[in-house]
Amino acid sequence: MPAKDPTRCHVNATELPVIDHSPTPAQWFLPRQSLQTLLDQLQRLGYEVVGPRIDQAAIVYDQIESVDELPAGWTDLQSPGQYRLQPRADDALFGYVVGPHSWKKYLFPPLVNLMRSTKTTDGWQMQDEPQEPRRYALLGVRACELAAIAIQDRVFLSERYTDPLYQQRRHALLIIAVNCTQAASTCFCTSMQSGPRCTSGFDLALTELPTGFVVEIGSPGGQAVADDLPLRPATEQERESSSLARKTAFDQITRQLDTTNIRDKLMTRLEHPRWADVASRCLSCANCTLVCPTCFCHSVDDVTDLTSDEVIRQRHWDSCFNMDFSYANGGAVRDNVRSRYRQWLTHKLASWIDQFGSSGCVGCGRCITWCPVGIDLTEEVAAICSEPST
Amino acid sequence: MSTLPKLAVAKFASCDGCQLTLLHAEDELLAIADAVHIANFAEASSRLEPAPYDITLVEGSITTQKDRRRIVKLRSDSKYLITIGACATAGGIQALRNFADHQDFLRAVYARPDYIQSLATSTPIAAHVKVDFELRGCPIDKSQLLEVIASLLAGHRPRTSSECVCQPCKRRGTVCVVVANNQPCLGPVTQAGCGAVCPAFDRGCYGCFGPAAQPNMLGLSDRLLQPRMDRAQSARFLQTFNSYAPEFSAAGQRLWQLAGQPKPLHPSLASSPGDTHPAAVGQGKETTEE
Repeated sequence: MPAKDPTRCHVNATELPVIDHSPTPAQWFLPRQSLQTLLDQLQRLGYEVVGPRIDQAAIVYDQIESVDELPAGWTDLQSPGQYRLQPRADDALFGYVVGPHSWKKYLFPPLVNLMRSTKTTDGWQMQDEPQEPRRYALLGVRACELAAIAIQDRVFLSERYTDPLYQQRRHALLIIAVNCTQAASTCFCTSMQSGPRCTSGFDLALTELPTGFVVEIGSPGGQAVADDLPLRPATEQERESSSLARKTAFDQITRQLDTTNIRDKLMTRLEHPRWADVASRCLSCANCTLVCPTCFCHSVDDVTDLTSDEVIRQRHWDSCFNMDFSYANGGAVRDNVRSRYRQWLTHKLASWIDQFGSSGCVGCGRCITWCPVGIDLTEEVAAICSEPST
Repeated sequence: MSTLPKLAVAKFASCDGCQLTLLHAEDELLAIADAVHIANFAEASSRLEPAPYDITLVEGSITTQKDRRRIVKLRSDSKYLITIGACATAGGIQALRNFADHQDFLRAVYARPDYIQSLATSTPIAAHVKVDFELRGCPIDKSQLLEVIASLLAGHRPRTSSECVCQPCKRRGTVCVVVANNQPCLGPVTQAGCGAVCPAFDRGCYGCFGPAAQPNMLGLSDRLLQPRMDRAQSARFLQTFNSYAPEFSAAGQRLWQLAGQPKPLHPSLASSPGDTHPAAVGQGKETTEE
């Protein structure tokens, strides 16, 4: 069966505040010492700025008020099942790749109360839990993460099923992307056509140089922010240096995932012995799905108080690696690790195409780095697809 | 005379920490007292009312002949019998004797071991009587206890997750201590319920809540623990509060065997606790003992 026509996925892209940049973008220059001006201005405009900072021996995403909180002079060293912070030779602010957190925690929060039901003498009174509007400015979004946000847009903002919480936060969102100038051993965005160059989906995009940032403007919202920044046109040399810096990231990417005909290759190898092999190593801990910037599975529970007079309906991140996730009518449908790993991988790389018109993978490599036993999906896919179909 | 359901709290071999969880529910105690009649809870009140009880919370494991008889009587006195905590659900830390010589422990601890009358094994309540629901933890979690009481009163199944600790750990934004800090951690095989406390304080999970659903113990032992600690250390790491939980017990014994220090189960126990432990065969198992 061929992949579904991408036009059939119900995305209301016109509502989104970001636009593609022009084919020959104007490039500007923001001196390094003026980055704080950008942060101040975002705060003045009413944004909660979230960006990279060091916490718990990693670079995580958190609220940022000052440039001093950025991980100046630090980088991350990543390999399957391992992540280490390392000092850099310079004091680059964005000289790392991607970490354990993804931006989805701001648009699709891990735990949220949806509804409250109260028992009264007139029966149950139900009301939506009021959601405080959030206006986030994301600082330091990588190309693969822009692609991930675009994928979650297709999940949460389809015409048929629109998630109001996601919609509010997404439409209020300002994205300041940062082009990668280095890659981790776990990166494979080039295979997924999602990076490392930020080409669309941002309001502003920065490329870091030792003296400052080459800035591209990607939307009217980005233009409005840029208007009040001390920008000057980037010099030819600055443009060239930024291009070289971005090329370094591109050249450092060695990991590959062959996506040629991947949907059919995987779906015709559902009984491949490699599924059992990976199941013997996989702990079914769900870490890969929770660090994944596109995984959207969740469960909804009703939580009662002691008297059962008040019921709160909660939504929380769930995972296809949980046995209970496929619980239906007396038992779990995917009652073993083999079937759960297969479900995850084939959904991410194959049936996602049928469902949403694109792959569910952006090649960020988080599932490889943050797997506590270092399972590498690119290796698994290669092993499964290299042999004839079963 | 109260018409509320009668609640009893019973203690067997244990440290009292799980019962304390009920007393620690300070914000909810009045609501609890409104919802149930606390009829027999020695840690809270010296007024002890006789059986029968509607809900009996049982803490502790079976380690004496006397307790073997007492739990059978208590079962027949209780409409619902709920075990709370690692001692009651898996034998507790004292179940380490199941893999060792009980007499050695007695001689090491007591000046006059001949005064002590205890069984050579520590076994979970469900190895002796039918248990209606097992609440895990060392100690148990307050919210889960309230959920169990509320669900019994409302007549539905308690909503306690079978997911592993990694999931609440990720939801609260904790960075994986295995990947970023090279620490051994039982989170991937341990049932959630504690809120993933230890990794949030830069420590690997100790497995207080026992095995999660379908834990891959071989994968954990060989690919997560052993690259970070030797076999004996890995075995000890697995064999703490839930050493006699079937999956942890089997994995621990395998590691001791590989380490060249085999620690077989006490002969009175089945070769695998999975044969007798309720977790392996569903909720509770009736025995014909006593």
